[in-house]
Amino acid sequence: MDLKLTPEQQSFRDEVRAWLGANMPRDWTARVMASADVPRPEAYLLLRDWQRKLHQAGFIGLTWPKEYGGRGLTFMEEVILHEEMALAKAPPVLNILGVGMAGPTIIAYGTEEQKRRYPPKILSCDDIWCQGYSEPNAGSDLASLQTRAVKDGEHFVINGQKVWTSLAHVADWMMLLARTDPDAPRHKGITYFLLDMRAPGVTVKPLRQITGDAEFNEVFFDNVRVPGSQVLGGVNNGWGVGMTTLMYERFALGFGLQVRLRIGLDGLIEMARRLEKHGASITRSPVMRQKIAQLWIDTECLKYTGARAITRLLKGELPGPEASTGKMGWVDTHQRLQELAMEMQGPYSQLMKGTEWAVEGGLWQYTFLRSRANSIEGGTTEIQKNIIGERVLGLPKG
Amino acid sequence: MDFGFSEEQELLRSTARKFFENECASELVRKMMATPEGTTPEFWAKLAEQGWLGLIFPEAYGGVGLGFVDLVVLMEEMGRASMPGPYFSTVLLGGLAILETGSEAQKKEWLPKIAAGEAKVALAWTEPSARWDAQGVTLAATESKGGFTLTGTKLFILDAHLADAVVVAARTAQGPSPEEGVSLFLVPRATKGLEVKLLPTMDQTRKLCEVTLTGVSVPASSLLGEKGKGWAPLARVAERATVALCAEMCGGAQRVLDMTTEYAKIRVAFGKPIGAYQGVKHRAADMLVEVENAKSITYYAGWAVDEDTPDAALAVSMAKAYVSDAYRRVSAAGIQIHGGIGFTWEHDLHLYFKRAKSSEFTFGDATYHRERVAQLINL
Repeated sequence: MDLKLTPEQQSFRDEVRAWLGANMPRDWTARVMASADVPRPEAYLLLRDWQRKLHQAGFIGLTWPKEYGGRGLTFMEEVILHEEMALAKAPPVLNILGVGMAGPTIIAYGTEEQKRRYPPKILSCDDIWCQGYSEPNAGSDLASLQTRAVKDGEHFVINGQKVWTSLAHVADWMMLLARTDPDAPRHKGITYFLLDMRAPGVTVKPLRQITGDAEFNEVFFDNVRVPGSQVLGGVNNGWGVGMTTLMYERFALGFGLQVRLRIGLDGLIEMARRLEKHGASITRSPVMRQKIAQLWIDTECLKYTGARAITRLLKGELPGPEASTGKMGWVDTHQRLQELAMEMQGPYSQLMKGTEWAVEGGLWQYTFLRSRANSIEGGTTEIQKNIIGERVLGLPKG
Repeated sequence: MDFGFSEEQELLRSTARKFFENECASELVRKMMATPEGTTPEFWAKLAEQGWLGLIFPEAYGGVGLGFVDLVVLMEEMGRASMPGPYFSTVLLGGLAILETGSEAQKKEWLPKIAAGEAKVALAWTEPSARWDAQGVTLAATESKGGFTLTGTKLFILDAHLADAVVVAARTAQGPSPEEGVSLFLVPRATKGLEVKLLPTMDQTRKLCEVTLTGVSVPASSLLGEKGKGWAPLARVAERATVALCAEMCGGAQRVLDMTTEYAKIRVAFGKPIGAYQGVKHRAADMLVEVENAKSITYYAGWAVDEDTPDAALAVSMAKAYVSDAYRRVSAAGIQIHGGIGFTWEHDLHLYFKRAKSSEFTFGDATYHRERVAQLINL
């Protein structure tokens, strides 16, 4: 057991840190709104340029094989990169769904032609990807999805609807799950398509969410024709392919979360030092001290549970029980952090951006509202608990 | 970065698990906990034979010379077995106090005997005020005729009734800060005026005593370390013992989760195993999250203490705060999922539930350590 970085890892950290110091876009936060996990639409151009810059410096696709444009490094370098980006308060990677999910899945399941065609443009941010999984009647119960794909010569014809589709409004491609065999058992009649978002018959409608932003969308398919060459991993084999993507999602979105949580916590503590409640500094209140300390402890627990999971990955071992707990733990801690920010502000927590009375420009109000989605997106907490109960503890299905 | 255990440590784990399954099964735990000793001479001799009584003592003092991360592994397995007896008090409290503060002669006299299973040493720290901070040490030690006279009462003292000697934290001076003026004395159990009373405890696997010193005369040579400078080493002992305790708690919590998961697979209600119902399944998942986080923060604290990192004290308090809550909640959830059978004396769950409770209040509960965390992060 040794938590120190190896000299190679340390020099990679230094390289990233130095590069970020020299290349970070200034004053980007106001345009993007620092905390959002998914960027606002108006930040799109800034973020595309940012990813290109990162790509040119060799920081995108660190774990991808070299032949498909990656650097063939380990997850440790990926962790270091995301930690450093979080510490520097750098803008997020716009094409995160492409880099974290679509690319690795295509590399795992694609034909040689597919592997040559898609991944390079994912890294360079020439092609932005979104994920077409959820439907109005298929959320947690994803296998009940109803979007249909019917074979017609060399093509498939797609009809149906997806929903909660982040980035669809700027995406060039979609990882689409559609039903190709309605008579097969639920999991066996689904196919994974690589769908061109500019194909005729694709309509994207932004959805406004409780923050007031429109980060995600509804996507409608009206007789959209997709060539058979854009099936990934074989017809009716889409469930397994789609699950691989979800596994990568947990890694991709998991990197840096703990550090972002820590940054949020530092911000919370700074606010606690400045604010008074009932005539005394918040940091003098024993109740508040207990709550802040607990958040600190929970954040550190997440860090070390993550370190245990990464250690196993690096040693080439199967993920242990600790690997499945990160998302849930992060959600719970982050939501409590945001609730505590509101509690500290008291009546001021009601004030949004637009009045000088709002605390810290109303930033916390946005992050508080946004945090409600955490326990729903990327697998609800209830589904996470089912997964832990059934796959890790081996409890019977309901 | 490598946040995992070495092959040797994994081997220690599997050896220890097998050993406790054979030598410390629950019938034996129950037999031992029902006696005042909480152990048997045969079992104690076997622990010595394994080298575990001197695991962290240097080889020069009859030990094996292993580190704290190794100890964490062993303690997890002891906690898994809910092992009763004076291991924690003798090795982690009395033994460690001698190792941290003792003169060469004191170490040579006591540590090899402890490692060989021939001596037990208790640590008399807390008093009826039940404080873990320096203000809590008020037992008076007055200097007289080349020695000291000790008078006062110590409470919640683990296994003093079994000890051959007791390390007593006493106050030799009222300094400008409460940390100054604390001194440690190594007092043989047979010393006149030292009385030990065994107290009835909720957790029968842990034996607590009241230790009364009435005009106990000890020579100056019984001082452990420097006069008036005993607080710093005492705090170091506490840090180390707390990590060991956390590891033991993790092992117990993991065992409760294992028992509960097995039960939820076979117990049928309304035509299905109860583990198929989300009310049970989700609670089991919550237990797993707490157990895994408890291990992570404990392993980190073990490593930090071993390496003497600048944040070691913070790591220890984070661990004790988290693990105290986690073990209590996990063992309570275990009883709830078992239903009526989990509430019986016959079922082993109560051993763990009670151990969770006694451990929670040993070296400070979660509230105490959260406040320490708040201080250490300069809140």
